[in-house]
Amino acid sequence: MEMKKNTRSWQKHMEQVVYGIFLLLGLITIGCVLLITVYLVISGIPAIRQIGLVEFLFGDTWKPTAAEPSYGILPFILTSVYGTAGAIVLGVPIGFFTAVYLAKMAPRKIKLVVEQAVSMLAGIPSVVYGLVGMMVLVPGIRELFDLSDGACLLAAIVVLAVMILPSIIKMSVTALEAVPKEYEDASLALGATPEETWFRVSVPAAKSGIAAAVVLGVGRAIGEAMAVMMVSGNVANMPGLFESVRFLTTAVASEMGYASGLQRQALFSVALVLFVFIMLINAALNYFLKGDRKS
Amino acid sequence: MTSKKRTAFRWTVRLLMWTATALTAALVVALVVYVMAKGVPHITWELLSTETSYLYDRKGILPNILNTIYIILAALVLVIPLGVGAAVYLTEYAKNKRLVAAIEYAAEILSGIPSIIYGLVGMLVFSEFLGLGSSLLAGALTLVIMNLPTIMRSTQESLKTVPQSYREGAFGLGAGKWRTIRTVVLPGCVDGVITGCILSVGRILGESAALLFTAGTANNLNGLFEAMTAPGSTLTVALYYYAKEEGEFEVAFAIAAILMVLSLLINLAATWVTRHFQRRKAL
Repeated sequence: MEMKKNTRSWQKHMEQVVYGIFLLLGLITIGCVLLITVYLVISGIPAIRQIGLVEFLFGDTWKPTAAEPSYGILPFILTSVYGTAGAIVLGVPIGFFTAVYLAKMAPRKIKLVVEQAVSMLAGIPSVVYGLVGMMVLVPGIRELFDLSDGACLLAAIVVLAVMILPSIIKMSVTALEAVPKEYEDASLALGATPEETWFRVSVPAAKSGIAAAVVLGVGRAIGEAMAVMMVSGNVANMPGLFESVRFLTTAVASEMGYASGLQRQALFSVALVLFVFIMLINAALNYFLKGDRKS
Repeated sequence: MTSKKRTAFRWTVRLLMWTATALTAALVVALVVYVMAKGVPHITWELLSTETSYLYDRKGILPNILNTIYIILAALVLVIPLGVGAAVYLTEYAKNKRLVAAIEYAAEILSGIPSIIYGLVGMLVFSEFLGLGSSLLAGALTLVIMNLPTIMRSTQESLKTVPQSYREGAFGLGAGKWRTIRTVVLPGCVDGVITGCILSVGRILGESAALLFTAGTANNLNGLFEAMTAPGSTLTVALYYYAKEEGEFEVAFAIAAILMVLSLLINLAATWVTRHFQRRKAL
């Protein structure tokens, strides 16, 4: 009897311990997010305070190693914004029409094959995109527009547009397939053609999912580092389609290896700015996804 | 609307859809064919089985292949218990809905953070603060945080499909919570863990920005345990260096072709595994 009681209380303790362990493991994602946020803020703030927020964000020259160093990251910010916008303008229409075709019109076999191809596109490492961009796109742009160097914002935009295609297509297809069949049937019964139904009924019904797909694409594009580093020329110019440019991500990636002192700290601040962008995008994504769930 | 207009609309959107899809498909085919054509001829036995040596004027990627395997193994060994544990907590223990929402939101944030930021934080935390320096272990730990959401989510999905009646049955037979989880719940989520692992391997294989400052760029041949504490570049980082810093495009394309084949295989494996488990669940 005594022993039975003992085992039971031992078991109870054991359950408590196990519960504690799982609770800790459950909280680990929150812990990681806090760790990343705290580290970025702590290491990013000092340089901003030393340089001055306005001068840091809106200064248009980045010359950390000059005799009179200046730390303006406006060129990086604008390049990241323009580059992302360009990739969206180029990639979203292609992704959108492909998604409607796959979700509504494509025969089963074609759908399977193209979907597999799109997954393949998503799986290709970004350095491979960078390599192909370096060897095909950059010389191509140089020839086509008669430039001295083809490594420019345009090359980065094209590479980014291709890289965001899979996320846009996959998420839009999911959203379009979730549209209740009744909506489409009703539209068809009222005499609309299938095409009219897809674009006037299904697409509006899936609009928050499609918007989320675009926002996801924005997040991918703004965060990409290696592929754009290989094709964009990597000079801290103000952005222009044929200028050699540097993104927020590539500024960090290219200088972190050798930077020291204030330059190194300023790079942490660049990463902090990038992180703020990503958090805003995350909030937008959440907003659209919630909208979808409600309706 | 006149019928002419309707016909015009019909054919315009059809044309747009066909063009877009054809373009997407052509892009994939062109990419694969181009990389294969440029890369496969340069994949030689010497390249695969030796290390780069300036003394013998030889290029070899064996260290990079090994580093990739080591870092995948190390990251998976660490991330599986963490991810599965988090998933078990969410589906089996957590009662507070707000906490669950917060954990899931945190996972979403983690999967949206760009890899260059992981690289930076990994460098600050693992290489500098914990004193691991530039090493495969620091790289693997960074990858653990990156892949945590993937493993967690796929495990969670498969835990949800374990019928409630199994748990009730185990409780009814007098099993405690932990025993139920160990004997009934965990065996049911193997498929989710495997799917998560395949996805993670794909992601690690393609990762470069997060490893640049954590795992470093050395090309030395090391055993598993030596390698953990030594800097070493994976295939992707090596590709970047050969292409961008050294202009060795033949080696770069050879690595690109290898990566392409591996990512294709991983894709097929993921599709196959999902289908296989779905069929088994349906039975």
